[in-house]
Amino acid sequence: MILDLPRFIKAERRYWEELRVLLDKLESAPDVRLSLEEMSRAQYLYQRSCSALTRLSGFAGELEVRQYLEALVARAYAEFHPSGARVGRIRPVQWFAKTFPRTFRKHFQAFALSLALTVGGTAFGAAAMALDHDAKSVLMPFSQLNEDPGDRVQREEAEKGDHMKGVKSTFAAQLMTHNIQVGLLTFALGVTWGVGSIILLFYNGVTLGAVVLDYVGAGQTQFLCGWLLPHGVIEIPAILVAGQAAFVLASALIGFRDSARRSERLRACTNDVLTLAGGAAVMLVWAGIIESFFSQYHAPVLPYSLKIAFGLVEFAALCVFLARAGKSA
Amino acid sequence: MCVFGAGRKIGVNKLAIHTPEGVRFDLHLAGPATRFLAWFMDALVIYGSAGVCQRGLNYVQFLNKDVVHAAFVILLFVVTIGYPITLEWMWRGQTVGKRIFGLRVMDAGGRRLSFGQIALRNLLRFVDVLPLLYLVGGAALVLSRRGQRLGDMVADTVVVRQKKLVLPVIPPSPDAARFNSLLEYPHLAARLRQSVSAGLAQVAMEAVVRRDDLGAEARIEVFQALGKKFRECVKFPEEALAGLSEERFVRDCLEVVLGGTKVGLRGGGRGA
Repeated sequence: MILDLPRFIKAERRYWEELRVLLDKLESAPDVRLSLEEMSRAQYLYQRSCSALTRLSGFAGELEVRQYLEALVARAYAEFHPSGARVGRIRPVQWFAKTFPRTFRKHFQAFALSLALTVGGTAFGAAAMALDHDAKSVLMPFSQLNEDPGDRVQREEAEKGDHMKGVKSTFAAQLMTHNIQVGLLTFALGVTWGVGSIILLFYNGVTLGAVVLDYVGAGQTQFLCGWLLPHGVIEIPAILVAGQAAFVLASALIGFRDSARRSERLRACTNDVLTLAGGAAVMLVWAGIIESFFSQYHAPVLPYSLKIAFGLVEFAALCVFLARAGKSA
Repeated sequence: MCVFGAGRKIGVNKLAIHTPEGVRFDLHLAGPATRFLAWFMDALVIYGSAGVCQRGLNYVQFLNKDVVHAAFVILLFVVTIGYPITLEWMWRGQTVGKRIFGLRVMDAGGRRLSFGQIALRNLLRFVDVLPLLYLVGGAALVLSRRGQRLGDMVADTVVVRQKKLVLPVIPPSPDAARFNSLLEYPHLAARLRQSVSAGLAQVAMEAVVRRDDLGAEARIEVFQALGKKFRECVKFPEEALAGLSEERFVRDCLEVVLGGTKVGLRGGGRGA
């Protein structure tokens, strides 16, 4: 093919410029919708630029023109070929009340795995604590948990009035952000084919099992339930949901018995894993508020029966929500 | 099998995209150093704006110190996670740092980024930053064929260097009105058009376009060789070639082949 470059560029230039202006307009206002006529014109300009690039591709001269056209076609290609469904108007309430529980049920097996690992870790932590009580500082590397349960209960019950006054909000904010970070890390570790998430979930279980056995062994079961249930019935399932998201991600990465390409598998599960991770984050916000404003107050300020009942009601509500919400009538 | 839109690395830092229209274009992958600088700039923006917010909140601490402090903790957390997600979504794959250093996050197949891809690549930073200072992500980026950290691999995204869209101005031919003696012999001009191969015309056009990139001696050599090739196609009478340099002869031949278009890019009036 003989190409008269100057004449070619002169003839095509206005079409390239028109496409560039159109792309600028689309990129500066992502929500703009083109009319059918504008879309047809855009398609024509894009195809014309593609054709020009093809004609120039075997031509080593005028590198700048080719680079210009490559960049133009790359922009247009990205604009006219979306990689996923267009994001419509975001409805947070509908997303949390319907999409999240539906997604939870859709991937229940991954949640069951997450639960099994935590329960396994809990059993291991309890057994380790029962067999070797001196390992307490290793199993529970948090200073506030290393205190003797009896001493702690005595100290906490001696508190009168609002001992958290002036720090409750800050404490709640710190709990929320820390727990969400742990939840997101649990989810993100799914990228290690789930190995990192398995370790983290099992380790969480070990700490939980050790704490439970320590307090139950010291005869402080009522305090333990009153302390942990109000926020734990949301916080622990939230971490399990984060683990669920991690295993859905890991499953897409591994692609066991799935002939689709890895990128296609990941694309297919992206919205689900983000929904699960986001839902877990919302649950952790609630758990942080309850832990700071409710869980830290013990009898006689707040009777244990009330705290335990509150925790059980929360747990029942969570179970109903995850099992039933979002189901079509 | 050709998979449309699937990027394939073709060089040290390029990713070739094949579109369904049969077009191929290259994305220039960003290197670790530029990405680090962009990240550093973004960190400055995040913590700089957090500092400004903290100063602002200090003025309203008299309302409720506890609530104000809690608001700051939450704000910092939300901004740290939300900043890259929001900006990359609003600015089509760019943050302040990426904009300054001319980088852009793109789908690895060249398609438009989805919100899910942006959120996923940013949430997976929690692993990329481990154990500190992006060691995991940095190692993945250096070892990856397409310069991807773990978040990019999962979200199927790449970070590319963005080219500026400036159409170069091509100067008009300085000898547009110059007389072409070869056109005085229409039968020979017609024979030349028939006998010159597309390859020869293409090479001659390239030589004309890139004449200023050649040294004086190389230019003379190239146009002498091309002139010889054109003479082998058709023999013009001596009077038609009188006073013509080799470069002028090649340009006139090209004008004949291209159907009367003056070929004189970049100072083409000067003889070789």
